Amino acid sequence: MIKKIIIILFFSLNANAALEVTIAQGKVEPTPIAITQIFGADSDTARYGNTLRQIISNNLTNSGLFYTVNEDLYIQSDNLVEKVPRFEDWKLIKAQFLLSADVSKTDKGIRLRMRLYDVFNAKEIEKLQLTIPDENLIRRVGHTVSDIVYERITGETGYFDTRIVYVSEIGPLDQRVKRLAIMDQDGHIDSHQFLTDGKNLVLTPRFAPNKQLITYMEYKNNLPRVYIYNLKTGEREIVGDFPGMTFAPRFSPDSQSVVMSFSDPNDAANSEIYLMDLNTRSRTPLTNDSGIDTSPSFSPDGEKIVFNSDRGGSPQLFIMDKNGDNIKRISKGRGVYGNPVWSPRGDLIAFTKLTQGNFHIGVMDINGNNERVIVRDFALESPAWSPNGRYLIFHRQKRSNLDGTGGEVTIHFIDITGYNERVIPTPRDGSDPAWSPLL
Amino acid sequence: MLKKLFMLIVAGFFLASCAATNTDQGGDVDAASASASSSSGGEITAGTQEDLIVNVGDRVFFEFDSSELTVDAQATLDAQAAWLMQYPDTNITVEGHADERGTREYNLALGDKRAFSVYSYLAQAGVDTNRMEYVSWGKERPEVIGSDETAYSQNRRGVTLVSN
Repeated sequence: MIKKIIIILFFSLNANAALEVTIAQGKVEPTPIAITQIFGADSDTARYGNTLRQIISNNLTNSGLFYTVNEDLYIQSDNLVEKVPRFEDWKLIKAQFLLSADVSKTDKGIRLRMRLYDVFNAKEIEKLQLTIPDENLIRRVGHTVSDIVYERITGETGYFDTRIVYVSEIGPLDQRVKRLAIMDQDGHIDSHQFLTDGKNLVLTPRFAPNKQLITYMEYKNNLPRVYIYNLKTGEREIVGDFPGMTFAPRFSPDSQSVVMSFSDPNDAANSEIYLMDLNTRSRTPLTNDSGIDTSPSFSPDGEKIVFNSDRGGSPQLFIMDKNGDNIKRISKGRGVYGNPVWSPRGDLIAFTKLTQGNFHIGVMDINGNNERVIVRDFALESPAWSPNGRYLIFHRQKRSNLDGTGGEVTIHFIDITGYNERVIPTPRDGSDPAWSPLL
Repeated sequence: MLKKLFMLIVAGFFLASCAATNTDQGGDVDAASASASSSSGGEITAGTQEDLIVNVGDRVFFEFDSSELTVDAQATLDAQAAWLMQYPDTNITVEGHADERGTREYNLALGDKRAFSVYSYLAQAGVDTNRMEYVSWGKERPEVIGSDETAYSQNRRGVTLVSN
């Protein structure tokens, strides 16, 4: 399903040039970028051009780090792929960067050529040409170009050529039909696809770092167990085939293991954390105490695991070594903590906290210091990191009423500075979002 | 949905009783007593889920973030155990549920502990474990829809379901 984009030619000029945007804590002033028409000689290529331009413009704007200068202001209207722009014209309308591109048909497929210019320094800073075999990859090309622009200008890794797996929800709140679904990071309907048919309840999908597998929980024959869904083959395979409920799965950073909770009938159905080696199928208990231990999440180096436990009374966050040693509580504030997720940069842990009647999604250092609330509402859950560690997605649910109304649940995107929150559109309600690595 | 179905059956039973009473007032005593002892569409069959709901109580409730059985819960389970002894061919599944004020994963764990509390209480009261299964639904299947304590207190529950 995920085809490789064939990059025929890709080279970068001035790779060591200084970055133009400084990203620090707090609100960032979006950088103005102008995106010319993406030129095409015939109706097909012109259509591809429009689609690409829209994808790139939406992506950059949605990041919160850019805004697209209004096209009506553009003075120069030429194709600037083979021609030096009149930088004065673009400076006048305060475009700090300028992107121009064109699309054409070749005997190898559809070819895109792109130039990125630094207007203030009057120079080309990126140059790209790529060819794809067919138009099914147009959206991915749009995301790839967006990543290149984002990376070149901000100096951070991009996140646009990625997918979100989530749980699509429909029906009455006491008989909810839930299906696994997957879509591009921007939630575009053309990219949306259901993975399961809704017959069995499914929960908490998470990507493998190798991008091909998703681990999740499914109630097959009313037995709640951990499964793996293979995106290449569409096959589903049970991995948590224990003599009791398995849940809360996540992959290890090498995609070779799944860490999950097992509720052991021989231990009063108390949940402990287990590591399952996917090659040998051997399972190793990592925790052993009388409290609930769940929601494990590996550090990106694979050395530590953060998890949720009520061993001290109320649910709090703890860190342990990958073999279960050196368990330490890290959450320090008041409230009920849950859902810890280690940032892909390794420096922060996102979590939920229930206190004073509201859920909060926040981040803290890995030693629990510098706890910071990012968003607060009646019901928030399931924080998941963008692969570059700058953004979170999560779900937000409205209050429900006795007459069965309310309870709408939607997926949201937010910068970890707490700015730039927006809804990621889904055809039905959506919950439990998880982000893929860069494809 | 099952619960709603049973409520309908129970409602049907009461309607049948009213009809019988009316007939009774009409002086046809034989017809009234016949309708009370035969299955005239509303009769509860002994040893079934509706029998358990109406005559014993199919569920127990839990405090917030707790899987401890309250005194009330234990009394209900004593009655359930006696009922299960009375109908030894009956198998059950115990469902554990949580309210919506917790994370999905924590509530799955909590629901399983609640289900197990009921399961092991019944086992200690003499019910053969071969007759019982248990499962957690976390916060996925609320009994009452609503975001207030009235709904939550009904949703923090362990439900005994006759499975055969």
